[in-house]
Amino acid sequence: MTDLSGISRTDTKARDPMFRTSLALRHFRGRVFYGLCLAGSLVGIILLIVLMNDIGQDGFEYFTRHFFTNYPSRKPEIAGFRGAIMGTLWVMTIVAALAFPIGVGAALYLEEYAKKNRLTSLIQTNISNLAGVPSIVFGILGLQLFVRGTIGYGPAICIGESCGFGRSVMSGALTLTLLILPVVIVASQEAIKSVPPSIREASYGVGATRWQTVSSHVLPQAMPGIMTGMILALSRAIGETAPIIMIGALTFVAFSPETPLDPFTAMPIQVLNWVSRPQAEFHDLAATGIVVLLITLLTMNTLAVVLRIKLGRESAR
Amino acid sequence: MSIEVNPLERRYRQNFRSNIGGHLIGAILFLCAGVTVVTTIGIVAILLIEGLSFFTEVSAFEFFTGTKWTPLFTSKGFGVLPLVSGTLLIGIGAALVALPLGTLTAIYLSEYASPRVRSILKPSVEVLSGIPTVVYGYFALTFITPFIKDYIWPDAGPYMAISAIIVVGIMIVPIIASISDDALRAVPKELREAAYGVGANRLEVTTRVAFPAALSGIIASYILAISRAIGETMAVTVAAGARPNLTANPFEAVQTMTAYIVSVSLGDTPHGTIEFKTIFAVGLTLFFMTLVMNLISARITRRFREVYD
Repeated sequence: MTDLSGISRTDTKARDPMFRTSLALRHFRGRVFYGLCLAGSLVGIILLIVLMNDIGQDGFEYFTRHFFTNYPSRKPEIAGFRGAIMGTLWVMTIVAALAFPIGVGAALYLEEYAKKNRLTSLIQTNISNLAGVPSIVFGILGLQLFVRGTIGYGPAICIGESCGFGRSVMSGALTLTLLILPVVIVASQEAIKSVPPSIREASYGVGATRWQTVSSHVLPQAMPGIMTGMILALSRAIGETAPIIMIGALTFVAFSPETPLDPFTAMPIQVLNWVSRPQAEFHDLAATGIVVLLITLLTMNTLAVVLRIKLGRESAR
Repeated sequence: MSIEVNPLERRYRQNFRSNIGGHLIGAILFLCAGVTVVTTIGIVAILLIEGLSFFTEVSAFEFFTGTKWTPLFTSKGFGVLPLVSGTLLIGIGAALVALPLGTLTAIYLSEYASPRVRSILKPSVEVLSGIPTVVYGYFALTFITPFIKDYIWPDAGPYMAISAIIVVGIMIVPIIASISDDALRAVPKELREAAYGVGANRLEVTTRVAFPAALSGIIASYILAISRAIGETMAVTVAAGARPNLTANPFEAVQTMTAYIVSVSLGDTPHGTIEFKTIFAVGLTLFFMTLVMNLISARITRRFREVYD
């Protein structure tokens, strides 16, 4: 009898605190935690729905033909979005034309050409750091380097009277190109990495040079992934407001740019301008502008998804 | 012999020729990659050159310890602390919103959701980070601020930190959810199965096995998200106001460093003046704050990778 009580005493001592809780309590806690996780992950979705609803309620009153054909005005009933749409179109065309070759080129260099040395890892680290630099800092860069053509020390780059590109489409496009370049490069690298090595080896095996291998086998295979990344990067650039405010995109532009050196406004800038006014009519105009902006983004994202599904089953993860 | 030499020689010449082309292409591609390095050098150079020229006129001590930020007024104060406090108020507040939500979302995605639910939920959460920040600003100003004035804090003005905090918090949830989800899913299945095998339930496996194993990745995501919140510009410009304010009260209007930079560039401050140079000094401070956080996050991530590779 004494033996047995001794055993039970040591047994009690050795007990893990977890085993003292009842199974029912553990199940209960498990269910509460599950509920918490589910609720937590739904908060974001619910807010997204509330946001869309908020915009949808105000955003269709001015959603008329005039909104797309008129320029901004002091009178809300005739104010339009045309200057902003044209400005965004101009800027994005140049951004795409610059960011695509430079981004893909850099990715090809890092994945296919670069030796694994300190320079390469420096470039790689630098790219991931650049991706984390706040966009407004890119705006400061653009303001000095592209608008004024100087880094603040030494001579400015001038052609005749004008230095830099001024507050123009070109300055905005160059700034945004640098901003999205890290995103384009990383996405392109992922796409290039996902091309199986066997394809390269087969190409080298029949005597192709590196460039022949890259240009006629690696790039075509990686293209759907690269295009997807490119579209997503462009859709980020379309919504960027801070850097092009910095370079001085005007908020009241009653014309469309004719050349890359003209002043411009862009969709998010025009929205900001309307939001900053106290009158409710302008807030509704802002909501209408947001609807146009979001529809553009949605279209681009859908395009990216379709591209990924249709063209690149193998490059999709 | 001569039959052997000729094709070899031809091949040699071909190789040489294609090598010149190859080197040229390699050099062009290298230049493409070099653009990113030049960008970084440009950012650092511009911030340092103009920032240092600011500090020749205003002492660094006054800048970093002063509590009055009125560079555009006649009685000038160049103490950046009100802007830093505004930035930190938004950053910490947004973290308080986003850390719990992001972590719970990540745990739900990686531990509970079926593949089908996951394939819908994850992209929907990521939509939150694709919405332009000026849209969040609109939402904060026209929905959250009136809501708070009606139901919680009737004394508040038209601008308040709390509505910026809420939208910035929501905006960074996807960063935490997505990276933490990846970290949790990188925890080997065997660890979880061992825990299930000794009778643990899903809560216990998650909190005592998966979460600690993925902790470094999760913390990296937290730091990255807070750094993003600190650099956020448009939502805070629209919703939090434009008054440098040394306060911890989220129902007051504050100005962040980013919002200050925007307000100067929207105004008509002439270039080259000390007033204008403030944006470089503030930009420099902002740049280093986010850079340090990003570097810490990257270091933690790298260490975390070593564990399972």
